[in-house]
Amino acid sequence: MSCIQTIADYGLRSIGIGERLLPRSDFTMCQQFTLIGSGMIWNLYFGILALLAGFFLATTLAVAKNSDRAIFRKPAEWFIFLFRGSPLFIQFFLAYEAFAMLPRAGFPILGITVATDWITRAWAGALIVLFFNTSAYAAEIFYGALRSVPKGDMEAADAYGMTGWTKFRRVTWPTMLRLGWPSYTNEAIFLFHATTLVFFSGFPAFRQEGDALYYAKYFADKTFNPFIPYPIAAFYFILLTLCVIAVFGVINRRLNRHLPQESRERFRFRPQIIR
Amino acid sequence: MFESCSDPSALHGLGWLLCYLTTGKQIMFYGSFGIVLILLAVTAPVALIFGFGGALAARSSAAPLRFLGRGYIAMVRGVPDIIFFLFVPIAMDQGLEYLKSRAVCPDPGPAWTGNEFHVCASAKIPLGTAPQFYHEAYGFALAVVAFSIVYGAFAANVLFGAMQAVPRAQLETAEAYGMTRAQVNRRVLIPQMWAYAIPGLSNLWMILIKATPLLFLLGIEDIVYWARELGATKSSIYAYPHPDWRLYYFLVLLVFYLVMTKLSEIVLARINRRLAFGQATAAGEALRKADA
Repeated sequence: MSCIQTIADYGLRSIGIGERLLPRSDFTMCQQFTLIGSGMIWNLYFGILALLAGFFLATTLAVAKNSDRAIFRKPAEWFIFLFRGSPLFIQFFLAYEAFAMLPRAGFPILGITVATDWITRAWAGALIVLFFNTSAYAAEIFYGALRSVPKGDMEAADAYGMTGWTKFRRVTWPTMLRLGWPSYTNEAIFLFHATTLVFFSGFPAFRQEGDALYYAKYFADKTFNPFIPYPIAAFYFILLTLCVIAVFGVINRRLNRHLPQESRERFRFRPQIIR
Repeated sequence: MFESCSDPSALHGLGWLLCYLTTGKQIMFYGSFGIVLILLAVTAPVALIFGFGGALAARSSAAPLRFLGRGYIAMVRGVPDIIFFLFVPIAMDQGLEYLKSRAVCPDPGPAWTGNEFHVCASAKIPLGTAPQFYHEAYGFALAVVAFSIVYGAFAANVLFGAMQAVPRAQLETAEAYGMTRAQVNRRVLIPQMWAYAIPGLSNLWMILIKATPLLFLLGIEDIVYWARELGATKSSIYAYPHPDWRLYYFLVLLVFYLVMTKLSEIVLARINRRLAFGQATAAGEALRKADA
């Protein structure tokens, strides 16, 4: 079987398109590269959607935590502590068990039955956990950035007569993003890494449709040779990490475009936000 | 455990719960919290040593050693740690058994043939006849090595940064006094480095705490294993039947980790404060101002 044929059969296997049975014997390098690469679709799906949605919740939480009013500050503080203080692995298990306890038949709300079976599936359940988790971590980063917005910038905004929403949108928020962006890049990298936990933590891989590490483990278990599939998965993740750094670098340059070259903060690898 | 627990079916209410919570399996569940603490106690110093070696190697003037050190630090940047946790134990296990098979097997063929890894019975680690305890201890040791390698790389990253942060003038002064490179490292660089390394190492400790449930992935009977095992639905053939209680067991784990991180936060904040005392850093300056 040629490699092109393998890619056609297994390239989209992780989302249920193509050959139904996974290869069982005579594993070729091509099969391993294709299937593990196919699994990366899930890692991208979880990572990108959780990041996009999490960005907005994180901003809201950061502003709430920075608030003077306890009614906003306390819930934000507790939310951030809950998700940053416990392991993501435990959060996945807990969420799965909690979702599985919802009534199978669904809720009757206003005469319509709301189905609940979808939430125990990885595509929804794990995404919700990752969304909350990344929001909490990013909120802490943005909160730190919010605290270090230069006083002069705020005073300048006041001097221009800006208040409330205008001041936030034009001055506070862009400065917060600019200051927090290098750390936020780290958060994004580790979020993508954290997506590998999904199929090892309670959420079942439906019809053997799993992520990159799920397939890597499949091959390692079948061939008793860890030296090929895991480095392949590692290779894909290094590529993904480089892409994340590139994309976030472009945004970072845009956020800092008004500053002279040397005063821009560069991205530095800081592993304080791993789960 | 208690006299009254001899007939569980006759119990109800609090008495039932008390007996349920003191069964042998439950005691093993409590014991597995000890495994987590042992892992933390063993891994933290070993990872620190790995990190120290990595950071010193990355600063070495010998190019091969420097590449090795930098490569070790860079390793964790792009690759999820879980890949290492799955890879290192099985790779170590096979590597050791392969080396042992070269030494003890009378006719060692190729170990990796087709879809199998095969060595003769006398090359197994531990031997197939060894008591169960050795198998578990060996599995745990491999887990500790995997954790130490991964978190050693993180620690190397922190320590390397801290060594770079020591003011260059300090090292130049030491060199001007005629100290050798090793002496500069020992007398000037390493004592000063800690003040810069402690915030990063505190973070690392928190990371390490939150990584401990991954022991489950390595096949260790840790708290996650027992929570799944004990929480699962027990039908009436068991002495203590109950519905699916995994949610409550995981809630207990969640609280355990939240308490662990909160306690660590408090202790680390104190250590940070203590170490910043008298240092020429922003934190030290703040302490000086507070005292004045």
